[in-house]
Amino acid sequence: MARGMVIIGAGECGGRAALALRDLGYDSPVTLVGDEPHLPYERPPLSKEAMASDAPEIKAIASDALLAEKSIRHIHSVQAVAIDRAAHTVRLSDGSVLSYDKLLLATGSTPRKLPMPGLGARCVYLRTFADALAIRGHLSAGSRIAIIGGGFIGLELAATSRKLGASVTVIEAQPRILMRGVPAEIAEIIHQAHVAEGVDILCGDGIASVADDGNEVRVKLAGGREISADLAIIGIGAVPVTGLAAEAGLMIDNGIAVDAELRSSDPDIFAAGDCCSFPLAVYGGRRVRLEAWRNAQEQGALAAKNMLGAGEAHAAVPWFWSDQYGLSLQIAGLSDEGKSTVRRDLGDGAFILFHLAGDGRLVAASGIGPGNAVARDIRLAEMLIGKHARPAPEALGSQAVKLKSLLAA
Amino acid sequence: MSDWVEACAADDIDEEDVMRFDHGGRTFAIYRSPDDEYFATDGLCSHEKVHLADGLVMDDIIECPKHNGRFNYKTGAARGAPVCVNLKTYPVKVDAGKVLVQIR
Repeated sequence: MARGMVIIGAGECGGRAALALRDLGYDSPVTLVGDEPHLPYERPPLSKEAMASDAPEIKAIASDALLAEKSIRHIHSVQAVAIDRAAHTVRLSDGSVLSYDKLLLATGSTPRKLPMPGLGARCVYLRTFADALAIRGHLSAGSRIAIIGGGFIGLELAATSRKLGASVTVIEAQPRILMRGVPAEIAEIIHQAHVAEGVDILCGDGIASVADDGNEVRVKLAGGREISADLAIIGIGAVPVTGLAAEAGLMIDNGIAVDAELRSSDPDIFAAGDCCSFPLAVYGGRRVRLEAWRNAQEQGALAAKNMLGAGEAHAAVPWFWSDQYGLSLQIAGLSDEGKSTVRRDLGDGAFILFHLAGDGRLVAASGIGPGNAVARDIRLAEMLIGKHARPAPEALGSQAVKLKSLLAA
Repeated sequence: MSDWVEACAADDIDEEDVMRFDHGGRTFAIYRSPDDEYFATDGLCSHEKVHLADGLVMDDIIECPKHNGRFNYKTGAARGAPVCVNLKTYPVKVDAGKVLVQIR
């Protein structure tokens, strides 16, 4: 009898993988193990406008009824503590042991900790719904929020905090916000939007000390400025959760190292989503690790296929989005692959920067604008990137040329 | 009672494209297929209430501009994660160069 499939991590990736196994017709046991008390849920809303509501709710990926209908066993509020690769078993924190034919590690990532003394209960990170609720409890008119880190989590939380009337200071050690992965021209638009909404953004100044006395947090910057806040939210990146894999002797390389089919150094163990590094085919196999919702979803589904023996290589182009105030940013591909850029204006202040490699190949596109103004063209750019297209720069830059026409070329 | 409502001129929409149409406090998406037929669905994605008319039409599929939820706009059928709820569709006819939608 089949032992079945075990998935560790019940987030976007693990949840999608479990559903995909059933959609693919797999009929032996599927067990989904998560350390949170909730159904698998979507994390992107945790930093966005949805959290501004009076009673934020979980956006579940699957209801209890659906999990029951699909015969997916969801074990919640427990951690996987050890893998016995020879026996094909996983031991859980409640003492139980699960047997597997194939194991999927979808353990995700965890916020990078600020390596500094003085942090207390008013210094928080955001990863889970519980974290988001705790933050929400501090957001109100007149509350003072210090956000450490001018990345996406921090900036989205800044926008949500402003919506609720809190006063917000964003502290970024780098010379500008969104240094990682976002072109300066687009970061500047986002910066100005925050300033217009009353956010104080301090760039290029490191943190000298943090003191949390339980009533307030005082953040001292290297340049001498001091910020007092009711809550300090730290958003300085994320690190992959690899402890379980590392202890089991799996190869780790900025995440659980997997091949193009998402298989780890043990052929019966797969890894997908934020926790893994994988060869990105579109850039000739460059090894990357992505912390992105769509990647988690796509890799969860692909891992499910390959656990069933499909042997399908990952071929997707990375895609990412962020919403702040009325602005939406979308990025297809990794812009650091580009050597030159071409700008295409779409009207209403919306524009896309196309990033071209030295040989003229389109390798990434970064767009920003009101609402979903850039969505359609970013999607077309994503397809062009996937096809290794070399569109003429003049065509990319001209609104008169439809991007869809370049796809056919 | 079901009324035929004028949504737009037939040539307001390119082939293999989509346009938003608001009427009576509701929002719809009107499609023109690559083989020059017209279709209509509810205007908002069933996943997160995003206007589908900002999305991309490829063949008989509309992709949500936000999270790549896919629907067959001819039938309204959801085509995989993250969408699982189908779109409602509406009868469409073209008369004297106008696109008319039967709103129920």
